[in-house]
Amino acid sequence: MSMTDLRTRKADFPILQREVNGKPLVYLDSAATSQKPRVVLDALDDYYQRYNANVHRGIYRLAEEATAGYEGARKKIADFIGASEPAEVIFVRNTTEAINLVAYSWGRANIKAGDEIVLTEMEHHSNLIPWIMLAEQTGAVLRHIPFSLETGELDMDAARKLITDRTKLVSFVHMSNVLGTINPAVELADLAHAHGALVLIDGAQSVPHLGVQVADLHCDFLAFSGHKMLGPTGIGVLWAPRKILEEMPPFMGGGEMIAQVFLDRATYNEIPWKFEAGTPNIADAIGWGVAVDYLAGIGMADIRAHEIELTEYAIERLSEETDVTLFGPRDARKKGGVVAFNLGDVHSHDVAAVLDNEGVCIRVGHHCCQPMMRKLDIAGTARASFYLYNDNEDIDRLVTALASVRRIFG
Amino acid sequence: MEDLYREAIIRRYQTPSNRREIDGANAEGFSQNPLCGDEIRIRARVTDDLIEDAGFAARGCSISQASADMMADAIRGKTLAEVAELADSFRQLMTEEVETVPPALEELAVLRSVKKFPVRIKCALLPWDTLRAALDARS
Repeated sequence: MSMTDLRTRKADFPILQREVNGKPLVYLDSAATSQKPRVVLDALDDYYQRYNANVHRGIYRLAEEATAGYEGARKKIADFIGASEPAEVIFVRNTTEAINLVAYSWGRANIKAGDEIVLTEMEHHSNLIPWIMLAEQTGAVLRHIPFSLETGELDMDAARKLITDRTKLVSFVHMSNVLGTINPAVELADLAHAHGALVLIDGAQSVPHLGVQVADLHCDFLAFSGHKMLGPTGIGVLWAPRKILEEMPPFMGGGEMIAQVFLDRATYNEIPWKFEAGTPNIADAIGWGVAVDYLAGIGMADIRAHEIELTEYAIERLSEETDVTLFGPRDARKKGGVVAFNLGDVHSHDVAAVLDNEGVCIRVGHHCCQPMMRKLDIAGTARASFYLYNDNEDIDRLVTALASVRRIFG
Repeated sequence: MEDLYREAIIRRYQTPSNRREIDGANAEGFSQNPLCGDEIRIRARVTDDLIEDAGFAARGCSISQASADMMADAIRGKTLAEVAELADSFRQLMTEEVETVPPALEELAVLRSVKKFPVRIKCALLPWDTLRAALDARS
């Protein structure tokens, strides 16, 4: 992607034109949430201004348009991840809800005392807590694949020992939100399947950046969120193959998810609606569909290439600073556009406060990965994360702002 | 930025005098700020009704550590009732508009600079909440 293209892209995002503390905004927190291009904001506005109506029920023009918009978004997202059919795409609120859906529905139907669930030590709390809760209720046993402190990569020898015939589910993050590590999804999935276990992949960080195709991952569940990929908050997806979804009991009960209802019993709707009780998040699904069009229009391969360049540049610039400690893989090709670091022994919240004063937004703290921080023996890190709208100048601004931190804490 | 990071705060953070073990400590409290993962442990030696000495161990930001260090000085030699009152006054100082600052909190009043940065108020209060827990656990 040429620099000219990039400047055009930056202009697509109204928020990136604003100033903070009198300085142009530098947004380096896309791993937490991405910014939204104008086309997505316009789509939300258009929906509420022109065709707001409930879906699947109304027998009038507006309701038909809303239904077409909502189901059209489902198809766009199904196409984006290469799902074999839109019915395999369940709309939920976010990655967390998608994982909880699996834990409550599939987990409670299939996991019993003594069964083992294999996770990793680098999971976000969203892929730890649902399984801790399930284990508390069922007596299942949790196992964790360790990662190397040196390389930030999973110990696959340990994985081969931890995944056994007792394993019922292997659930892991595709791309770490702290280290940026891209985990060997296929190798882990094949290992799990060889022992008859199912595989859930937390794609919150990978789907927005890597051009993920479900068939390439060999997984049984994929969870991801719209807001990290230029879409609105409050909308996410659980993907699973038809066969698995049809065998799973419903998660939440209510309107929309039913076929026939009597006072004391009910039959349930087909997938995907079986899992979508109540009025769904229509506007934000539509907005997300437009975001996916926008991403596809640029091309995920180009976005990935751009982010590798940015990550290389960030690692290079930060490595020149002798008081900066970097975490995670150093090879930008082995990781996503996420660089976690600490500056000397300055607490990451102090770093972020000074950076904010310079108009630079980064995330700091434990990143919802307390067990990982404990293993790294740190309270937290600073983290800069990139997307298609960032450029080298943003990274220069970050490095320059670190000098202000030194001025105060040096 | 100097608004937030007053020199007095940085000095206390970088060269604390109360980040230390307390001989014969008989009150201890531990807290965590789930927002940032910061941890603080307050230990004190209480005889009869009097706080003879107090110190802390912490993994935290400059605001929480400076607050802890100043707090230990402010409560040394005070009765439990006086300390409870100081804790209330400090919370008021950090969350409301207060006209007069109690003499014992004069140095701590510098932390009012944090009020412009609402997420950091919790950092300043963390040591005091931990102290309260330590003293409550004792009684």
